[in-house]
Amino acid sequence: MKARTCWNAVCTVEDLVPESGIAVWTEDGPVAVFYLPHRLPALFAISHTDPFSGANVLARGITGDLKGEPIVASPLYKQHFNLNTGVCLEDDSVRVKTYAVLLDGNRILLETAHKQREAVAA
Amino acid sequence: MSKKTLIVIGNGMVGHHFLEQFVASPGAAEYDILVFGEEKQLAYDRVHLSEYFTGSTHADLAMGTADWYSAQGVELRLDESVTTLNRDRKRVTTPKGEYGYDELVLATGSFPFVPPIEGREHPHCFVYRTLDDLDAIRASAREGKSGVVVGGGLLGLEAANALTNLGLQAHVVEFAPRLMPVQLDTDGGALLRHKIEELGVQVHTEKATTAIVEGENARLRMNFSDDSHLETDLIVFSAGIRPQDALARSSDLEIGERGGVVVNDQCTTSDPHIHAIGECALWDQRIFGLVAPGYTMARTLSAVLNRDRDAAFTGADMSTKLKLLGVDVGSIGDAHGQTPGARNIRFNDEQAGHYRRMVISEDGKTLLGAILVGDNSHYDTLLQYALNGIALPTNPETLILPEGQGGAPALGPDALPETASICSCHNVTKGDICNVIDAGCGDLASVKAETKASTGCGGCTALLKNVVDSELEKRGVEVNTDLCEHFPYSRQDLFHLVKVNGIRTFRTLISQHGRGQGCDICKPAVGSILATCWNEHILATDHVPLQDTNDTFMANMQKNGTYSIVPRIPGGEITPDKLIVLGEVAKQYNLYTKITGGQRVDLFGATLSELPEIWEQLIAAGFETGHAYGKSLRTVKSCVGNTWCRYGVQDSVGMAIHLENRYKGLRAPHKVKMAVSGCTRECAEAQSKDFGVIATENGWNLFVCGNGGMRPRHGDLFATDLSDEALIRTIDRVVMFYVRTADRLQRTSVWMENLEGGLDYLKQVVLEDSLGICAELEEHMNNIAGTYQCEWKTAVEDPEKRKRFREFVNLPQQIDPVQEWTTERGQRRPVSESA
Ligand SMILES: Cc1cc2nc3c(=O)[nH]c(=O)nc-3n(C[C@H](O)[C@H](O)[C@H](O)COP(=O)(O)OP(=O)(O)OC[C@H]3O[C@@H](n4cnc5c(N)ncnc54)[C@H](O)[C@@H]3O)c2cc1C
Ligand code: SF4
Repeated sequence: MKARTCWNAVCTVEDLVPESGIAVWTEDGPVAVFYLPHRLPALFAISHTDPFSGANVLARGITGDLKGEPIVASPLYKQHFNLNTGVCLEDDSVRVKTYAVLLDGNRILLETAHKQREAVAA
Repeated sequence: MSKKTLIVIGNGMVGHHFLEQFVASPGAAEYDILVFGEEKQLAYDRVHLSEYFTGSTHADLAMGTADWYSAQGVELRLDESVTTLNRDRKRVTTPKGEYGYDELVLATGSFPFVPPIEGREHPHCFVYRTLDDLDAIRASAREGKSGVVVGGGLLGLEAANALTNLGLQAHVVEFAPRLMPVQLDTDGGALLRHKIEELGVQVHTEKATTAIVEGENARLRMNFSDDSHLETDLIVFSAGIRPQDALARSSDLEIGERGGVVVNDQCTTSDPHIHAIGECALWDQRIFGLVAPGYTMARTLSAVLNRDRDAAFTGADMSTKLKLLGVDVGSIGDAHGQTPGARNIRFNDEQAGHYRRMVISEDGKTLLGAILVGDNSHYDTLLQYALNGIALPTNPETLILPEGQGGAPALGPDALPETASICSCHNVTKGDICNVIDAGCGDLASVKAETKASTGCGGCTALLKNVVDSELEKRGVEVNTDLCEHFPYSRQDLFHLVKVNGIRTFRTLISQHGRGQGCDICKPAVGSILATCWNEHILATDHVPLQDTNDTFMANMQKNGTYSIVPRIPGGEITPDKLIVLGEVAKQYNLYTKITGGQRVDLFGATLSELPEIWEQLIAAGFETGHAYGKSLRTVKSCVGNTWCRYGVQDSVGMAIHLENRYKGLRAPHKVKMAVSGCTRECAEAQSKDFGVIATENGWNLFVCGNGGMRPRHGDLFATDLSDEALIRTIDRVVMFYVRTADRLQRTSVWMENLEGGLDYLKQVVLEDSLGICAELEEHMNNIAGTYQCEWKTAVEDPEKRKRFREFVNLPQQIDPVQEWTTERGQRRPVSESA
């Protein structure tokens, strides 16, 4: 069974920085949204948390491509993460969470796991 | 058939090399191999021992690993020295047991000779041979101010350099009338002395020490036979080595008159089952105190044990090339011209500090030896002439004249015969290199891995690279200097493309001259080039995505994702009021505060969104950005100079502030540091900076391309007694030439070391304008200084730029949740992971 998800508006086009990333706060924690205008699709979203340091910094890394795949380099220890899959190029056992992201008019929508409010508390 | 036992005594460089050779040979199958080492550590690279003081660890220097030994089935017993040898019963004993052998190899090396001077057992007297020795010296130096090396030979000078690196005032005491008496002649020794003294090491020649007693102002006092004396906190003896032949002596093997285990051409001693290699072996009345001959002996012995009847050690070349305290010294073959009929050609430029001497045969056809001081650029060529007996040109003096004054160009790799020895440590010839290239090695690294060339003493690194490059080129292989997969150009090429074509954005550059979208290698490199060329704000929309996070947010990211802030404090001079502002801001934002090595204040722990607020306050108080985040000028450190100091001869603070204001903001391939000292006492440590200025009675002396940190390098003296204007002009030119020609992330020290032609070439370009570009370099620097803007001022005033500093764009008030803090010594710091 597919987990239930929902789409949330997290920011607007004006908030994005071309060829770079910004961070948004979601129910699922901090998420980095990247805008690479020379690619199609141009929007990518991955967890903002750098798995190697635990710091919320990935949106502040340098973006680009390696062997054609879109990447961001962690600003702390410089590992590269594939923006499509979240896999770390230097150590493929490490992977950051990826999110589906959409442009809806002027709004950027992000798909996160739907957190069911616990109806009954023990 | 049961296996025989081979015992190797000594796990040093040569013993290890022997094992590497022997276990790979068929003969190894006949033996169980047992190795004893007196030292606690596995064999390490003693040649590079001094690097232990500049950051290398035993692991870095180790020649093999315990795993390698066990994988080869070799039993390694470290920290277990052999105390007796019984030849009749073919057994050796150690404090831990007794072991039988069929064949025995002595690879016990040598030990430092300590002259029998009264008081030499004092606990602050040392030798310089093992890692343990260096640990002891380091511990002693911690509390000391000065150190003396007894012995002005090759090792002694290296030890003096090490003492300088440990922060001691170093002295060298030599019995002979000159330094390096074995390798150098009177003129060469005198020049070396002059250069070394210029670097602050004090040299005392013709001094015989009679006693070491308690000192008055330092720990020790050395009394000399001429009734003079010297006080010092520690002493390192480096008065020569003696072969470690104790086991051979006590078991009545044949020993040389002055020590050393006598061996024949097969490296076998007077007992046919006992062999000796390395520095303990005496061959043809000679001990070889270098690693290359030891390696040759090791290879010979391995072949002998494989019953190769032709294997023979036939002597070795003792030529040496080194950099002592940053001064080039080379000595080749018969350096003193002792061959009958030998003739000399000397070139002595006292102005430039270069001395070269060639010793040629009576018929003038071959080179017998040479001495070089101050500049080793002729070494490789001369060595090749001497080793390979290449016929000298008709005017042999052209080989040592400076280029442009009739000097011949260096002997290119093409001119070398196939048999030319490139790496003497591992006995690799040019032919061997061609063979592995033909067998598929396509770059320097794989040639090194395959042949081991240049992995011994490292003296042949440059020559090897030339040979490999030239052979690859001949085979049509392009030598790859590409920046990354997006640009088939070096940084220097890109600089030209940007400049010549007036390119102002990364996008234009990559679409016209590259491929793909770029990456974290090329983007910051191009960002820095664009900044140098056009000096636009680094947060201009097109430039933002090019910058490292530190450049983008104009602060230094720390391990928990927060930033540190370093306002500029030119020359380290600050008013009490400004100091109070720093304190108040730090208090308000709860920032951890620390004084940096560059005489400024570092404020740690600011979140992204706090940065612009903090800077608003700092700017209002008159601060500017310190560029601590950028590949650009950091600080100009200064001493207090003649405004206060009774020794000062110039206003070092004033000059430092002037320099800092001129070069602030300049983008460079890497960070740039400067310092100004008010007199030769050098309290600002200017010689360890990229640009070091030291005041003289008549003006300023300029040192360039120094470095501190992990790979310390003394700056080279570039020009003397400059006026204020001449100083600025000279720095302008050097700094811009560096910015234009250096590779990505290349500090000036490494740039200088790789600059073809080195210091002399740089002097020609900058002081004599040999390329005719000085006017352009100055104009470029003037432009940059003229368009300077404080990046933080521009950023806080522009709402668009400030938007970048929101931690989460959708929730401005959200605080980064993972930042956990603790308090230590009264200040806040991140909780470390292990805690
Ligand atoms: C600071 C320094 C710089 C140098 N620079 C250069 C250079 O630039 N170029 C160059 O060519 N050479 C240089 N050398 C010399 C070079 O290091 C030696 O030539 C080389 O190490 C000799 O190797 P070896 O195996 O014969 O001796 P070692 O490397 O000294 O090894 C001998 C080993 O045997 C051990 N041993 C001795 N007796 C016993 C016993 N009874 N039982 C068990 N073990 C024993 C010793 O503890 C030692 O570990 C330098 C040396 C020093 C100290
Ligand atoms: S370098 Fe000279 S002028 Fe500067 S503080 Fe030291 S002694 Fe004084």
